[in-house]
Amino acid sequence: MSNLPSRSGALLKTYVILAFFLALKALGNSAMAWGMKQVPERMSVNPALYLHAMLNPFVALGVAALAVSLLVRMALFSLADLSFVLPVTAIGYVFAVFLGKVFLHETVTEQRWLGTLLIFAGAVLVGSTSRDTTSPKESRQP
Amino acid sequence: MRWVLVALMVAATVLADLLQSHEMKQAGEQSVTARGFARLLETIARRRLLILGIACNAVSFLSFMALVQTEPLSFAVPASSASFVLETALAKFVLHERLGPRRTAGALAVLAGVVLVGG
Repeated sequence: MSNLPSRSGALLKTYVILAFFLALKALGNSAMAWGMKQVPERMSVNPALYLHAMLNPFVALGVAALAVSLLVRMALFSLADLSFVLPVTAIGYVFAVFLGKVFLHETVTEQRWLGTLLIFAGAVLVGSTSRDTTSPKESRQP
Repeated sequence: MRWVLVALMVAATVLADLLQSHEMKQAGEQSVTARGFARLLETIARRRLLILGIACNAVSFLSFMALVQTEPLSFAVPASSASFVLETALAKFVLHERLGPRRTAGALAVLAGVVLVGG
């Protein structure tokens, strides 16, 4: 019982970092999608085209936000299993549907709402499991 | 061309996440404060496999950018969820994570949801 506070502290930290990651990812993806639509050239294997696309300020903002989100996700990997991080970060899809509905006034089909509900339920289910099953101190708990 | 991009994207994503998950567990608990970020960058600089993982992220990211320029998102997003299945299986067999029935059921529900949202 003595290590209970530190363990729940680590759990809280995991969810704070998760929320930070989801916010950065939503910002990055939106900026990137908006910017890429303004870029006239079609992407190919030529790296110069990608560098040129990044001159668009929205693409640049998107790349910066997604680069930081990558670092934040790595911090998340230090706290939780890969099989935990993958489903819980899928909550991002739920955000995307709500953001599209509220801010961009997109029509959300029944199929999308069902998918959103399944992602949310699945993420909650995975979120209720022990976040780290490989570190020695965590594997001692039942 | 589109299946080449999908294959490249999925392979790069799987490798990136396996390498990063493995390396970060070994590096120990990180944080996202200013000092935490500095320590994280230091950790990345010291671990070659972590740098390889980030390079794989870049390959995956560029393939996705190229894919969404020619294909609809409703194809790109469900196609990219193939990495989710592969990674969860490899997390069990390569990283030796204990999935258990609840986590497996949750992961399957998320996968079904991703396909529905994208489709």
